[in-house]
Amino acid sequence: MEFLSDSIVLSRMQFALTAIFHILWPVLTTGMGIYLVIVEGLWLKTRNPDYYLHAHFWSKFYVLNFGIGVATGIPMEFQFGTNWAPFSEAVGNFFGSVIGFEASWAFMLEAAFLGIMLFGWERVNPTIHYLSTILVAVGANLSTLWILTANSWMQTPAGGELVNGKFVVHDYFEAILNPFMINSVLHMFFATLETSLFVIGGISAWYILQRRNTAFFSKSLKIVLAAAIAVAPLQIYIGHLSGEQVYHYQPTKLAAMEAQWKFSPAGKPADWSLLAIPNAKAEKNDWEITIPNALGYILEFKQNLSQPVRGLKEWKPEDRPKMVGLIYYAFRIMIGIGFFFAGLMLLSSLQWLRGKLSADNISQQRWLMWGWVFAAPLGYIAVESGWIVRCVGRQPWVLYGKIRTVDAASHLPASNVLVSLTSFTTVYTLLFIAALYFSSRIIRTGPNLDLPIPGVEITKPAVDTTPAEFVPDERPVEAQQ
Amino acid sequence: METLQYFLPQVWFVILAFFLFLYVILDGFDLGVGILSLTSSDEQRRGILMTSLSNIWDANETWLVLMAGGLFGAFPLAYSTILNALYIPILIMIFGFIFRGVAFEFRELSQRKIFWNLAFGVGSFTAALGQGFALGAVLKGIKVDENGHFIGSTWDWLSLPSILVALTLIQGYVLIGSTYLVWKTTGELQNTHYKTAKLAAWTTLIGAVLITITTPIIYEGARMRLFQQPLVYIFALIPVLGVWLIWQLLQSLNRKEERAPFIWTILLFVLTFLGLGLIIFPYIIPRQITIYEAAADPSSLVIMIIFIGFLIPVMLFYNLYQYIVFRGKVTGGEYGE
Repeated sequence: MEFLSDSIVLSRMQFALTAIFHILWPVLTTGMGIYLVIVEGLWLKTRNPDYYLHAHFWSKFYVLNFGIGVATGIPMEFQFGTNWAPFSEAVGNFFGSVIGFEASWAFMLEAAFLGIMLFGWERVNPTIHYLSTILVAVGANLSTLWILTANSWMQTPAGGELVNGKFVVHDYFEAILNPFMINSVLHMFFATLETSLFVIGGISAWYILQRRNTAFFSKSLKIVLAAAIAVAPLQIYIGHLSGEQVYHYQPTKLAAMEAQWKFSPAGKPADWSLLAIPNAKAEKNDWEITIPNALGYILEFKQNLSQPVRGLKEWKPEDRPKMVGLIYYAFRIMIGIGFFFAGLMLLSSLQWLRGKLSADNISQQRWLMWGWVFAAPLGYIAVESGWIVRCVGRQPWVLYGKIRTVDAASHLPASNVLVSLTSFTTVYTLLFIAALYFSSRIIRTGPNLDLPIPGVEITKPAVDTTPAEFVPDERPVEAQQ
Repeated sequence: METLQYFLPQVWFVILAFFLFLYVILDGFDLGVGILSLTSSDEQRRGILMTSLSNIWDANETWLVLMAGGLFGAFPLAYSTILNALYIPILIMIFGFIFRGVAFEFRELSQRKIFWNLAFGVGSFTAALGQGFALGAVLKGIKVDENGHFIGSTWDWLSLPSILVALTLIQGYVLIGSTYLVWKTTGELQNTHYKTAKLAAWTTLIGAVLITITTPIIYEGARMRLFQQPLVYIFALIPVLGVWLIWQLLQSLNRKEERAPFIWTILLFVLTFLGLGLIIFPYIIPRQITIYEAAADPSSLVIMIIFIGFLIPVMLFYNLYQYIVFRGKVTGGEYGE
């Protein structure tokens, strides 16, 4: 337990924990924001009440995730200063500005219009409401833009140089549009969208399997399926482009992603390892299944490599990532999930074309629906795996090739960091359990199909249609559960 | 170029002070309402308190996020040194924010509301406490080496003066929270908060008087600044104005006015900010690091003015717009759909 007295290791663990936990929530809000724009647009266009009810129902998940996203996002912003003070000072010129851009471009927009989107249905006219929903989605996605810009710059620091340990910017636009930036933003944009689509699809499929409001949920399933037809293949393609960039710009990361220990020269084919047990100590794979001559196809769709793939052994151990196995497997998990999504999308589209997804017969597609339910959490796993490849693979650098992670940490007493790390672990565990519990409650309660529809006369008899959940429970606390 | 090196950091000092001011006012009443919710015994009342914040708490909190992001970009040295020094107060504030932030939605979905009520109230209190300690510690000064890096110890922020500042800030938040509730509610709830506002006005006054008296005695730096010509006249005027504002506030509470108390309280905060600003400027960490030493490169400050500055009026506009959309008294029951 030597690491318990090393505040740098503890700070790294804390950053990893808080980042891994935080990203779970904005993934859904950024992606689902776009879905809400689609259903509200359909409602305004067709005036079919189902779309109005969809907007209401799914926004419950939105707001739940949003709250946790904000609560866990604030620690991220302050952590750069508390635990990574030397890093913050060194890169403040660029990185700090970008964090400021995110707050002013993205957060404020999302936060200010979220209130109107959630509670303003009867206070503003439909156009303003729709505009608010759009601005919420825009705000959330601008956040992706700036965070991925900042992180891409950490991978491919462009636009300036280190002078006396401080990054001096020569060209801000070169720094913003650093080599990784565009692909990374797109990759994350589609990741949040795809994850959200399969969460919405998975929950819809669950209702269809339960034969609850089948017609209602076959609508949402088809909307997300239609979107997935475009998104799933595109994401695989952008993922490939990102991989190609790693090959060009971050040779140590590429070598770890593919567990390549030895040099593979340019102009020749090389073997690709499908599965392996990398052994960092022995600097080789203890066991592996390789596909002969496949590496060139994987990296650039052709047999011969256009540039050499360097092996990990070529760098000194302190100049390359240590956790090769983690990077190698996280990479494969991400890709596996990407292809699973595409396969599920293809299969579902096929059934759709054959007319098997209509409201009357969709619930007979039990296997397919179970496939969607199974897919619901996978997007999160893919996102986390991708970030692990990206950031663990960047090690030992915090700013690739320029500033080492060990030089970037604040000099803090280990006990301080231990206390904060323990607190985060405890509180986040509690939040995670609560979020799962409350999400499952929203799912079990289901959509409220009796909501008054704006512009539609209430023709129902005088039954109290106020949903039970809004009546304050005034019994004594003991009696409430 | 010489003048730019002075002018740009000054511009950013003013912008960040403005963000911080908006934060203290807006999230100040949020946190104040949260703290007040601890004294409320009745579930329906707490429901109304939380409804009065449901659509705005997050935007209000975002001003702090914006201020911190701006500080990171404009004064990286100050951002890293202050946060490094204030590890524990920041942690206290962050955990307060976490509990308070999730409480809104979790409470709504939960059947055991008591736990999330506590999370909301205690979270608000804790967040305010952490901020108070942080403010107190920064005013007192942070130990740094010749490069401006923090060299003090973990508990430097904890002292009698910082406790006094923290308690007074909490009183101030309770005051502005009470006057906000006077404005946004009716009936018995409004009556209660006329009373809490009066009480908080007195406790804030006591805290402010104690801080005003002790500051020049304890801190040499502040003493030098306070008696500097011609600032001494302004500093002599501030307490007088402060007492007058509190008197006006108490009068308006006695007359049961609905909006005036909130406005008088805001003016009190403006006055406090002016006073603090004049004591601190041109330092960003009092008596240690000036804004010029901590500032990012001029080109960064210019880029930030372009990328953030043009958005300030836009942000103010749409924040104001949502206050207009949700104007009027809060009756409860709106939350959740």
